[in-house]
Amino acid sequence: MLLLVVVFKKDSGPGLVPFLTLLGLLVTAVFVVFQFGLEIDTFGGMLVVDGFSTYMSLLLILGGVLTVGLSYDYLQRMNLARGEYYALLLFSISGMMLMTSASDLIVVFLALELLSIPLYVLAAFARPEARSEEAGMKYFLLGAFASGFLLYGVALVYGATGSTAFHEIVAAVAGGLDQPLYLVLGAGLILVGLGFKVAAVPFHMWTPDVYQGAPTPVTAFMALGAKAAGFAALLRVFLVIFPSVSQQLTPVLLWITIATLLVGNLLAIAQNNVKRMLAYSSISHAGFILMAVVAYGNDAARFDVVASALFYLLAFAFASFGSWAVVMALEQREARGLEFSDYAGLGRTHRGLAIAMAIFMLSFTGVPPTLGFAGKFFLFRAVLEGGYVGLAIVGMLASLISAYYYLRLVVVMFMQDGEPQVHRDRWLALTAVGSALATVVLFIFSEPLFSWAAQSVLHLF
Amino acid sequence: MDFILQPLNLVTFFPLLGILALLFLRERKDLSRWVALGTSLVTFGISLWVLSLFDSSNPELQLVINRDWIQVAGWNIKYALGIDGLSVLLVLLTTFLAPISILSTWNAVEDRVRDFMLFFLLLEIGMVGVFLAQDLFLFYIFWEFTLVPMYFLIGIWGGRQRMYAAIKFFLYTMAGSILMLLAILWLGINQGTFYLPDLIASGGIPGDIQYWLFLAFAAAFAIKVPMWPLHSWLPDAHVQAPTAGSVILAGVLLKMATLAVIGIIYGAIVSYAQKDVKKLVAYSSISHLGFVMLGLFALNAQGVEGAILQMVNHGISTGALFLIVGFIYERRHTRELEEFGGLWQVMPLYAVITLIVSLSSMGLPGLNGFVGEFSILLGAWGAGQAGGPLGSIWFTAIAAIGVILAAVYILYMFQAMFLGPVTKKVNETLKDLSWRELAVIVPLLVLIFWIGLYPKPFFDLIHPTVEQFLTIFQNSAVALR
Repeated sequence: MLLLVVVFKKDSGPGLVPFLTLLGLLVTAVFVVFQFGLEIDTFGGMLVVDGFSTYMSLLLILGGVLTVGLSYDYLQRMNLARGEYYALLLFSISGMMLMTSASDLIVVFLALELLSIPLYVLAAFARPEARSEEAGMKYFLLGAFASGFLLYGVALVYGATGSTAFHEIVAAVAGGLDQPLYLVLGAGLILVGLGFKVAAVPFHMWTPDVYQGAPTPVTAFMALGAKAAGFAALLRVFLVIFPSVSQQLTPVLLWITIATLLVGNLLAIAQNNVKRMLAYSSISHAGFILMAVVAYGNDAARFDVVASALFYLLAFAFASFGSWAVVMALEQREARGLEFSDYAGLGRTHRGLAIAMAIFMLSFTGVPPTLGFAGKFFLFRAVLEGGYVGLAIVGMLASLISAYYYLRLVVVMFMQDGEPQVHRDRWLALTAVGSALATVVLFIFSEPLFSWAAQSVLHLF
Repeated sequence: MDFILQPLNLVTFFPLLGILALLFLRERKDLSRWVALGTSLVTFGISLWVLSLFDSSNPELQLVINRDWIQVAGWNIKYALGIDGLSVLLVLLTTFLAPISILSTWNAVEDRVRDFMLFFLLLEIGMVGVFLAQDLFLFYIFWEFTLVPMYFLIGIWGGRQRMYAAIKFFLYTMAGSILMLLAILWLGINQGTFYLPDLIASGGIPGDIQYWLFLAFAAAFAIKVPMWPLHSWLPDAHVQAPTAGSVILAGVLLKMATLAVIGIIYGAIVSYAQKDVKKLVAYSSISHLGFVMLGLFALNAQGVEGAILQMVNHGISTGALFLIVGFIYERRHTRELEEFGGLWQVMPLYAVITLIVSLSSMGLPGLNGFVGEFSILLGAWGAGQAGGPLGSIWFTAIAAIGVILAAVYILYMFQAMFLGPVTKKVNETLKDLSWRELAVIVPLLVLIFWIGLYPKPFFDLIHPTVEQFLTIFQNSAVALR
């Protein structure tokens, strides 16, 4: 049932590769849709199919489709069009999808590697360019380090419980442990490993350089994909097997979250490069989602933790891909056209793109009527339900800080004069305008979306 | 279709039609202006229709639209609009000022007219929505949404420091409103509903938490009102905003909320010290709204009704003052008081109108300002004697001094601009008001005299609502004790 992954392997042709890729993704999406309402585990308990995994898989496929749309013209323009690109992309997506349904720590590790290794290569895909190589190298080194942490954590958990399968761990914890400390340490190390993937502070150092150096469509894909997969694993692992250690871990999570929120936002203020600004802003959004995770140990709030995190990821996905599309429309060769000042006058010369970008910025800030506002609203409820009023106030403060730098871009676009150089590309425009429309229209009809997210419950043991 | 044609939906969202038209029309200045003017006039017409449907003897919410919106996972969010005596007045004021503001920009805005009108109509939707929303979630959406078009209006069409002013405006008001968002969330979680009538009926919130909730709401409202010491965004925003933006900001945005006192004297003194005419008017807004809060805190019928009327008055008088400043700015492109002098000889019509509006803003009997201020002082005095929340009649005394100071700063402005000989050569050739400008200002003058001489219909409209509000308040105050 879950071997859909294999569907992907048929490409490496010339011009029709992107088309095949899209087809593969859509076929997979159909398969995933058939999984609605299922709740089963397969492969001897290594994988699980539930509402959570279907939601996340569809989100990731959406991300994949948008990435292909963004990439095609860009790669040609930047002389990067090579078939491997799409193959790597697909490998990475399958890794991510595997991650969303992993129910064994070993599978979590495998999926992490499967999604990361193609990403290392993709980050360095603009090879002769030093920045891109640097990005790939940095990402690889730190990523490998993170995997080490994760693996060590898995080992410790195994030491404490005698198993890596979720259901056996749950059973072992319920039966009492000889060395509960190992479990706590293991959970902490797993948190570190996954923290790298979602770019939480203090494990965020790689993010700005990698986001800036990698080819922009790859960055767009990473910003959503790696983050979504990381959170999928984080939510599943913590909610399913670590509720018992929530007492020890919640303070750690709390401080990581606060640091992520503040550092991400404060550093973003100082940026003059749009790619870097978006990188820091994506760190801060990881912080927002982490806010929900903090409350994971609270039984009353658990339900909303998952639902609001999933919904926020969706809201983030549209705004993120849309804004990267606008960035790519303005990007010139050799990493030019990425400064704030290059956006001056966009509101006059290219109204559609500028308005779309303004909508994304407002959505990131959390101003109605955008999906980002609904996302934050639901998120803050989960936090308040968990009883973390202080954290909610920090989150509000962080939104306020973020308003400053998001608005700065809007100011530059609409209120300063200039002659921005914009590359005309139908796909980019379509992605940008489509995402902008989705951001506003889906807000008005957010009930079905949210109820879908709310039904995407985790399969517990 | 039935749903869309509900009167309150129409009055809120009708400008959307104009916005759509503007989005797809070509950039032609006159066409954009006419579309916007037509849209706002029709909206005003719809609000008159709403007024005719409104039964002023009934203190309950009327014309209620109440639909489930987001009802999953324990959320109970409704799409609810309703109107009472208070909001009907404010909606009328909003829709009345909108076409006037648009007319006033006819020559002032030459750059990107279409976008200007688009944002202006968006702003109108947001403001009417704020007055009508009966669900806190919906209320917050409209409330926060008004920030966006206002931000663009200030930032694109404003004066020299417009970008600074725009960001300052946005950050200040957002800082306030996110606190309110937390309070709204808390209410929603603990009371299980965001629907205002239900929230009022349910009660049962512990006293100390009420205190925090009140502070959170108060912060949001106080910044927007704007109350001292949170007022510092306002003069910047006003001075930088284009005239139409100022009118709306003064007329409506500032009243989206109202709470607390100190501003009166402070506003009066600071405005005396101002050199820029527009800044002067802006500071006088601060002190006017101080009055409104004094009236509200008197918590008796005279005080509260006076406060509400004063909000409308402030919208009319200050709006008119901004328009007047705008007229002269279009001619001279400066607002420094020193630049003018002796204008009476050059522009007699303009001078007379300015005099009337200034006197109305000062509270001369027979004009609108007097009715509101008098009623407020009466209420505050009564509350002071009864040992009400204001505690002492001293508040009233201090506020009365505020009235005198108001007279000082307004007369100072008038004297400097109009009396004496013509001081500058450029001013000798200025033209008096045109027909278009008269069409803009005359409706406001009519209202100034109407409210001043025969305020009864306005009081009748708000009286039942105020009575009911006071009863509810008394009951819950008793319950708390």
